[in-house]
Amino acid sequence: MSSNLAICGYLSADELATCLPAPERMAKGPVAVIECVQDIPCNPCEEACPVRAITVGLPITSLPVLDAAKCIGCGVCIARCPGLAIFVVDGSRPGDEGTIQLPYEAWPLPEPGESVHALDRAGRRVGTGTVEKVLSAKAQDHTAVVIVRVSKQLLNTVRAISVEGRAEA
Amino acid sequence: MTQSDTDIIVIGAGPAGLSAAAEAARLGAAVLVLDENDRPGGQLFKQIHKFFGSKDHRAGVRGYAIGDSLLAETARLGARIELGAVVYAIYPDRRVAVITADQRRLLLNPKKIILATGASENALAFPGCTLPGVMSAGAVQTMVNLHRVLPADKTLMVGSGNVGLIVSYQIRQAGGKVAALVEAAPVIGGYGVHAAKISRLGVPILTGHTVKCVHGTDRVEGATLVALDDKFRAVPGSERDIEIGCVAIAVGLTPLAELALMCGCKFTYIPKLGGHLPVHDDNMETTAAGIYVAGDITGVEEASSAMEEGRLAGIAAAEALGRVAPSEAAVLKQAVWARLNALRTGRFGQARRDAKERITAEGRGAHVV
Amino acid sequence: MRILRHPILGNLDEQPPVFIEVDGELIPAREGEPIAAAIIAAGRLKLRHTRKSGEPRGVFCGIGRCTDCVMTVDGQANVRTCVTPVKAGMKIVTQGASPEREAQE
Repeated sequence: MSSNLAICGYLSADELATCLPAPERMAKGPVAVIECVQDIPCNPCEEACPVRAITVGLPITSLPVLDAAKCIGCGVCIARCPGLAIFVVDGSRPGDEGTIQLPYEAWPLPEPGESVHALDRAGRRVGTGTVEKVLSAKAQDHTAVVIVRVSKQLLNTVRAISVEGRAEA
Repeated sequence: MTQSDTDIIVIGAGPAGLSAAAEAARLGAAVLVLDENDRPGGQLFKQIHKFFGSKDHRAGVRGYAIGDSLLAETARLGARIELGAVVYAIYPDRRVAVITADQRRLLLNPKKIILATGASENALAFPGCTLPGVMSAGAVQTMVNLHRVLPADKTLMVGSGNVGLIVSYQIRQAGGKVAALVEAAPVIGGYGVHAAKISRLGVPILTGHTVKCVHGTDRVEGATLVALDDKFRAVPGSERDIEIGCVAIAVGLTPLAELALMCGCKFTYIPKLGGHLPVHDDNMETTAAGIYVAGDITGVEEASSAMEEGRLAGIAAAEALGRVAPSEAAVLKQAVWARLNALRTGRFGQARRDAKERITAEGRGAHVV
Repeated sequence: MRILRHPILGNLDEQPPVFIEVDGELIPAREGEPIAAAIIAAGRLKLRHTRKSGEPRGVFCGIGRCTDCVMTVDGQANVRTCVTPVKAGMKIVTQGASPEREAQE
């Protein structure tokens, strides 16, 4: 079974088809995107979800299944995923911009209001984002969650940010 | 270090050895753990990422935190750990020869021995492979995460198993750059989620590529990468030069099984698990009666399964000493097997499970010694 | 190069450095860390020369097995610097022939 993930290290559009939320769901409010497509033995996301919207079941190598109708987009699962493979996207705001919540484990943490490079799954700069909030509660155990505002068109594209060289506002 | 009152000697204070010691001590055995290093934990304390698995495997907890609780557990249960203690022989009469940290030579006479010596990383031969700055990925990880030293601004990673992927990410976390990760095979060896973490930070993962040579006079200054065809032959004209100061080699590990060889254990050869390994049964007992193995010495996996194997060996050794009734031991072991088997499923785990089952099938035969 | 800040491990705790002498040069170190870590932190990767051809070598395995990091420490030859802790005032000398030295001989 060849896949872009196994050859290049990131998911292709085809492979993402089963992960990405329906456009209507994204327009309703924040929703998790679980980019976990290999049957590895892991299930903390299932337990993390306060509304039981994620099911892994047995064996624990089963892929997580998200019930997008139940998901409230709280983002608790983001820092609990050992693979850092969960994001929350929100396309419900009026206007051209939406938000992405992503896991962040680099130093220094970005500042709210800061302008950052928005990177895609291959690390390419695809635009600029604005940091809205940085969550780093103790329970997250040093996996910060950064809420970054980007163009709605990039909600399914941007998966990392970089403060390197500081993006121009 | 006293010898007369020791039931079980565990050699190696890594995840497998500490787990074995904890279980055996919990069941009432007098346990002594020997480790040549000056700190316990093996390679666990440099694992700064969150572990996979389920709650039972402590998933979502970082490796060093698991190490902390394992050490606390061992101490609470009364297992003693002797550091700086090198075991240089196990004699046919099962006496264990040790040089202690203060250079004393001791011959210990335990009733059971658990070998949890781990594995060592493989080297890779290419022109320039001996230059200072070409290091095993584990050595880089130790320098970066334990000693807070970055060997160079920019590193080339060779090998895309979980070690290569994780250490690349950790070099980035420490503020270093990873120029590229090359993998000779056409596909990435480790977890896709680990690969995705470094890809989105801009680390190019080049499958079907290898390092042709490394240049520099007194230290690594650069490398030439080359593409490989489907028969692993270099593609002419595909060379490209990169500037780097460190080459991290993550091309697998080999079990450290010398002591098992000394004990006369029967071995088997399983490349998938790292090469020559001592055969063992479902109790982790080798073909040399009273000698148990756990962790990477029994085939290279990862820390989570090493800890479970250690627990099995600890329970089994305590059972063999009569510290726990067979019926109770069976229940305990069954719980460990369930956790272990859960880790050995899926596309990455199943092949290991199949290989491990070949080992235990061989090991179930009569004990030789 | 020292990693002073880290997203998971936090800031490097400040402890006053001790000094060790490496080939006559004083370098700062953290007491108890492996000698090799202190030398690499000071920017030097070469730890020895091979005896016959004088080729440079540095840390490879980091667990005390490959012996490519051996140096002479306080007069004791062949000390594995990747697993030997720093003590203040240690005198460390690079072993083996250097190409220059061989040419002179």
